[in-house]
Amino acid sequence: MDASQFKSNQPVKFCPGCGDHAICMALQKAMAQVGVPTHQTVVISGIGCSSRMPHYLNTYGFNTIHGRGGAIATGVKTSHPELNVWQMTGDGDCLAIGGNHFIHEIRRNVNLNICLFNNRIYGLTKGQYSPTSPKGFVSKSSPFGTVERPFIPAELVLGARGTFFARTLDVDMPTTVDCMIQAAQHQGASVIECLVNCVIFNHGTHNWIADRDTRADRSIVLRHGEKMIFGKDNDKGLALDYSQGLIPQLIVVSADDERVLTHDATTPDPTLHRMLAMMGQDEVKGESLEAKGEELPIALGVIRRVEAESYDEAVNQQIEEVRAKSKATTFDQLTQTLEQWEIK
Amino acid sequence: MHKQHVVIRFCGDSGDGMQLTGTMFSSLSAILGNEISTLPDFPAEIRAPQGTLGGVSGFQVQLGAGIHTPGDKADVLVAMNAAALKVGALGSKFNVPDALWNEADSQFKRDAVILIDTDSLTAKDLEKALYKTENPFTELGLPESVQIIPVALTQMTKESLKDMGLDNKTVLKSRNMFALGLVCWLFSRPIDQAVSFLESKFQKKPQLIAPNVKVLTDGFNYGHNLALNIQTMTIQKSDSLPSGQYTSIAGNKATAWGLIAAAEKCGKRLFLGSYPITPATDIMHELAARKDMGVMVVQAEDEIAGVCTAIGAAFAGDLAATSTSGPGLSLKGEAIGLAVMAELPLVVIDVQRGGPSTGLPTKTEQTDLMQALYGRNGECPAVVVAASTPANCFDFAYQASKIALENMTPVVLLTDTYLANGTGLWQIPQLSQLPAIQPQGAPEEFRGNYNPALRDARGVRYWAYPGMEGYEHRNIGLERDANRGIISTNPENHEQMVRTRQAKIDQVANQIPLLQVQGNTESDTLLVGWGSTEGHLLAAAKELHCAIAHFNYINPLPKNTAEVLRQYKRVVVCELNNGQFAAYLRSKIENISLLQYNEITAQPFSVDRIVNFVNHV
Repeated sequence: MDASQFKSNQPVKFCPGCGDHAICMALQKAMAQVGVPTHQTVVISGIGCSSRMPHYLNTYGFNTIHGRGGAIATGVKTSHPELNVWQMTGDGDCLAIGGNHFIHEIRRNVNLNICLFNNRIYGLTKGQYSPTSPKGFVSKSSPFGTVERPFIPAELVLGARGTFFARTLDVDMPTTVDCMIQAAQHQGASVIECLVNCVIFNHGTHNWIADRDTRADRSIVLRHGEKMIFGKDNDKGLALDYSQGLIPQLIVVSADDERVLTHDATTPDPTLHRMLAMMGQDEVKGESLEAKGEELPIALGVIRRVEAESYDEAVNQQIEEVRAKSKATTFDQLTQTLEQWEIK
Repeated sequence: MHKQHVVIRFCGDSGDGMQLTGTMFSSLSAILGNEISTLPDFPAEIRAPQGTLGGVSGFQVQLGAGIHTPGDKADVLVAMNAAALKVGALGSKFNVPDALWNEADSQFKRDAVILIDTDSLTAKDLEKALYKTENPFTELGLPESVQIIPVALTQMTKESLKDMGLDNKTVLKSRNMFALGLVCWLFSRPIDQAVSFLESKFQKKPQLIAPNVKVLTDGFNYGHNLALNIQTMTIQKSDSLPSGQYTSIAGNKATAWGLIAAAEKCGKRLFLGSYPITPATDIMHELAARKDMGVMVVQAEDEIAGVCTAIGAAFAGDLAATSTSGPGLSLKGEAIGLAVMAELPLVVIDVQRGGPSTGLPTKTEQTDLMQALYGRNGECPAVVVAASTPANCFDFAYQASKIALENMTPVVLLTDTYLANGTGLWQIPQLSQLPAIQPQGAPEEFRGNYNPALRDARGVRYWAYPGMEGYEHRNIGLERDANRGIISTNPENHEQMVRTRQAKIDQVANQIPLLQVQGNTESDTLLVGWGSTEGHLLAAAKELHCAIAHFNYINPLPKNTAEVLRQYKRVVVCELNNGQFAAYLRSKIENISLLQYNEITAQPFSVDRIVNFVNHV
């Protein structure tokens, strides 16, 4: 299939320069490559800039209410597991008002492809801090800086026993498309944290990694089965240092160091996935990387992808099993099982 | 002694098995040809401290012919302990110091028969139930006309089961069967019927059959051999029921089955998204057990997710429902608005309870009417219907599904604690006898050029859902363009869409029956009610020799509503709230003059009080 088949006839109305444009194009490409026809593809969203996405995709779409996209998508997928269901959501929609639905769709492992657009700001309501804004962040609703501790989406996903977590950058189209395809192929709740730039209210929030000059040194694209190597000259690698006490620490070593790790996204134990996903997140916590002398890169790509039974599959299977064993499967048969008597 | 109808109240600790005893006795009586109407009345606590006033659990049933309610007051009270006796005698005044029996508050009549366990009247029992003297009957000031049957229930049960090798706890739990045996004797119920009932009841726990049958039979024989001056009673069989197969059914179960029948009738899968809440949870329990019928239930993470998963299933083409009570309906309001805006079929069941806030979770009330009608942002009309008996919860769940699917709208079905937990006789229907349901599917001609704003001549939009090739579209909670279905903020378009959505609900009036007047239509007085109060109002109208019009369809109202109401000089709107339906009728019918009778005690109506009010107004 071709990406153009997934383009709707609606003009795209994201602000010029918004990172969502890139994600929209990535989605169209990914959907085409996944190859599920448009009439069997469903895109559910809540409210926010990201939630406008269904309008630009020529699939079945439903732009619902603030925070509830996860619950509505759960209903669509559980009742109709044959559909390929995507959820478009943002850091406010997903992690604030919709937080409860988010952790539960992950806990249940509903087979959804969840694109979490993280721009660390409320855009559609014109510039309030979000649950992922760093501590101290100055916005219209935090004129003296927030005093709140932010969420780190990866930590939340893993805490909710997530089976799939990927992270991408709006400016990195190939990785984004690849993550989306892998998410669609994963049987379970797949979360892709898309780091997107809000050109109006939070311009440059991801520049420290997104800048062409520094990206290669400040980020690493993890690929299952490949060595964890990064840097402008591919000269750096990630390794575990066991010398710092009880808990091993990730450290940067030379690319040819034999300790360089090979990425395994499929280990059920989330410990290393969490360590990888938490690299570079001190910046989010409001602690300057420079001040800390931090040199660990932020992890992009599919960090975790483990197999587990999906909720929608289990629900449908249980119904089939019970039906197969039951003598009464129609209403008239059901009423026959009641204790009853005749009145003449 | 032959009676036209009789009211029996079983009262004991919440662990004494009063609900089971009452249910069994009611079913037995129904099998013997009586009409039944039951009212379980239990405390919110699962197990309050044993023997205390707060832990008293009651079950009331009225049996006989031509009955409409569980009855105001009992002819026979079965009291398993001192606390039950006190609550029975003093009603809601049970915790007023030095209160004495009086006809108004008492749960039993002046000439009632009281069967009481004398083994549960020890000094310790009396202390727990806050008696001050050693003679509870004198202390409560019971009138002499009350007949007491003192029975050493605990001792007799122990005696009956002594050779069965059961532990003490199991033995004590069987006291209720001894009491049931006695009641069977008192009402001349053949014991073999009760025995076979027990056998089927304990099919899965066969070790319990023998002891229960033994205690039941001993209780029955004990009554037989009592040299008491108490006449046994026979109760009039029903002569007004149409012939057919019957069972007794509780409102929540009937509601669940109505949805099941509707789904099968139209070939849709039934999806329920719900979250546990008293008193609605039994609907979810019943549907979760009905995987044999292909029902899908998602026990969601909260009330909002309950309705939202259902909206997701409706978007994907299922018959979708959510069940809740008042607090849950508040939480679902925004999402119901989404279903109104997106024009998706959705059944919302609100089993009303005492409010506001957490209120009185196990008690009954009709206080969610305005919330069901208007509890959403914007101009947000939805269909509202109300069931009026436990059995017709089936019909209105079925009707709610039919209206939702044929008119692409949320339908709120109002029931309440009284209907949900109460039981009545249900004539078992066959699926083929139920009205056809034709969901508003998108016709073939729109393949390739479909949009979600396309509607038929009635103003009902066409339903296309994922999987249908050539109907891909985007649905929205934002305002949509009346022609193209895409987002629109155009002022004229918004007004047009508000009117379109309203007109769609209004035209449902063409699909519902006209309002019927029952009783003495020549009277100048008309009682008006809605929902679960139908039985009480029918009984009151009979005593008052007046007319009665009862509403099951609230929004839209039956087309002849104004015409009917204007025919009567005195129209008394009776509700278990502060006048919500009366206010609604006034808003719908210009210059209508209505009297109101309102009870807000979180209890069902008392027929006597309605009669008294109408006679003196």
